[in-house]
Amino acid sequence: MHPAPSVIIFTTFSGIGFGMLFWLGLGALVPTGLSAFIWFAIAYVFAVGGLLASTFHLGHPERAIKAFSQWKTSWLSREGICAVFTLIIMAIYGAALVFADTQIAMLGWLGALGSLGTVFTTSMIYAQLKTVPRWKHWTTPALFLALSLGGGALMAGQVRETMVLLVIAGALQFYAWITGDTRLATSGTNMETATGLGHIGKVRAFEPPHTGTNYLMREFIHVVGRKHAQQLRMIALGLGFVLPVILLLLPFNHMFAALAVLSHIAGVLALRWLFFAQAEHVVGLYYGKR
Amino acid sequence: MTQLPPPSAKKLGLVIDLDTCVGCHACVVSCKGWNTENYGAPLSDQNAYSGAASGTFLNRVHSYEVQPDQGAAQLIHFPKSCLHCEDAPCVTVCPTGASYKRVEDGIVLVNESDCIGCGLCAWACPYGARELDAKEGVMKKCTLCVDRIYNENLPEEDRQPACVRTCPAGARHFGDLGDPDSEVSQLVTERGGFDLMPEQGTKPVNKYLPPRPKDVEQEIDILAPYLEPVAEDGTGFAHWLDKALSALPGGAK
Repeated sequence: MHPAPSVIIFTTFSGIGFGMLFWLGLGALVPTGLSAFIWFAIAYVFAVGGLLASTFHLGHPERAIKAFSQWKTSWLSREGICAVFTLIIMAIYGAALVFADTQIAMLGWLGALGSLGTVFTTSMIYAQLKTVPRWKHWTTPALFLALSLGGGALMAGQVRETMVLLVIAGALQFYAWITGDTRLATSGTNMETATGLGHIGKVRAFEPPHTGTNYLMREFIHVVGRKHAQQLRMIALGLGFVLPVILLLLPFNHMFAALAVLSHIAGVLALRWLFFAQAEHVVGLYYGKR
Repeated sequence: MTQLPPPSAKKLGLVIDLDTCVGCHACVVSCKGWNTENYGAPLSDQNAYSGAASGTFLNRVHSYEVQPDQGAAQLIHFPKSCLHCEDAPCVTVCPTGASYKRVEDGIVLVNESDCIGCGLCAWACPYGARELDAKEGVMKKCTLCVDRIYNENLPEEDRQPACVRTCPAGARHFGDLGDPDSEVSQLVTERGGFDLMPEQGTKPVNKYLPPRPKDVEQEIDILAPYLEPVAEDGTGFAHWLDKALSALPGGAK
C-alpha cells in the first residue's frame, strides 16, 4: 500500500491525541484553570491536527459532512461519528475544568470511552479489509489501541502506565510483524485464484495492460521501501518503545520526559510507515507483483 | 445507501471468454470513449503525450503466460473490469452512501456528487475495478454502460455495453446471469464458467470462461519415411570439410 504522509500523520498524532483525552477523561490527572487549558490544548492539537491531515487525501474534502451518514455498514463513517462525539464531550468536560474548576466525572468517562471507540473504529478501517491479508487480523486493533493508550499515557505523564503499555505495544508489534510476513502467502489468494487459470498450470504475468503506471499500481503496489524493512523495524522498536522506557526508568527530569515523547513519536511514525509500505494488496497479483 | 440490497432476481453482468479473446484492447478503447463522452465525469489522462502517461480506465486487458506441467506454455489475454459482485465489499465500506448496488438489476454504481474521493472502496475491491480519477477526484468504475443498455434512443443492437458491442472476436457476452435460462447462463454452464478469487467471498456476477484444452498433436505423416536424413556420415568434400573443421582447436565434434 502507498504510505501516504496524510494517513501516517493522521493515525500517529490522532492516536496519541485521543490516548491523551482517554487519560484526561478517566481522571488520571485532573488539572484545573490554566493548566487544564494547556493539557486539553495539547490533546486537541494532536487529535484534531491528525484528523485534519486525513482530509488532505480526499478528492472532495468539502463534501466530508456526508461521511457521517453510513454508520450502519462503514467503519470510516463510524470513526467520523466517534471522533466528533468524543471531541464535543471532552470539550465540555475540559471547559468545566478550565472555567469552573469543576470535574464532571460522568462526562469524562463518556469521553474516555469515546476516545477508545475512535481509535478502535480507525483500526477497523484497516482490519476489515480482506484484500490486505496483513491487516485483517486481531493484532491491528490491539496495536492501535495499545499504541494510543501508551502514547497518551506518556504525554499525560502517567509513568507507570506508560511503561506497562509500551512494553505490551512493543511485544504486540513484534508479534504482528512476525505473523504478518506470511499472511498473504497463507491467505489462499494467489495468481492462480486471481486469474482462475491455476487448473492449466503456473501463471506468470506476461504483459501488463499498459506501458505506464496507473492509480492501482501507485496506490496498492509499493515495493520501494521494503528493501530496508528489517533495519527500519529495529529503529522503530528502539525509538518507539525501548528508548522511552529506559528514559522513564531514569530519575525523573523534564528533559528526559521530552526526549521520551519525541523518540516515541518518531518510532510510531516509522512503524506506521512500515504498516502501509509493507502491506500487500491482493490486486498486485494481477500485475505479478506483491 | 451503502447497505447491500437483498440479492436481486435480475443480475446483469458480463461473461468473458478467455478462449476467444485475442487481446486487441478494442474493448478498452471503446469503454474509454463511451464513458468519457457520456455518464458522469470524463475519464481523464495525465501527461497523455509524454513518457509518463497515465489515465483512468474502467477496463484493462492483462496477458498471462500459463505453463502446464508438460507441454508448451499458453498465452492468455485477460480483460478485467468491475464484476458487479453480489456481496460487493466496495459498497459497504463507503462512508457517504455514494457507492450503491441497484435493487432492480444488481449494477454497482457511484453517485459522483456524493463521492468524497477517500478511496476506501478501491482498497476494499480485490479486483482493481475502481480507479480514483486524478482530475475529478471522484471514484470511477464500470457502469455496465447503464446509459446504453436501457437507452431507447439507441438502435436495439446498440443497447449493450460498449465493450461487448465492439469486441471483434465475440469474446464478451452481456446478459442476465440471474436467469438460469438466459444465453449467458447457458454459456457459463456449458463451458464451466468460473469466478475470480472465489475465496474473497465477493460472489461476482461476471463469469470467465476457461480456455479450451489444446489439441494433442498426433504425428501422422505419410511422407516422413521418405524424408529421413539419408546420410548420417557425409561423403566427399562436405565430409572432408566436416572432419577438418572438427579437428581444429575448439571445433564441434
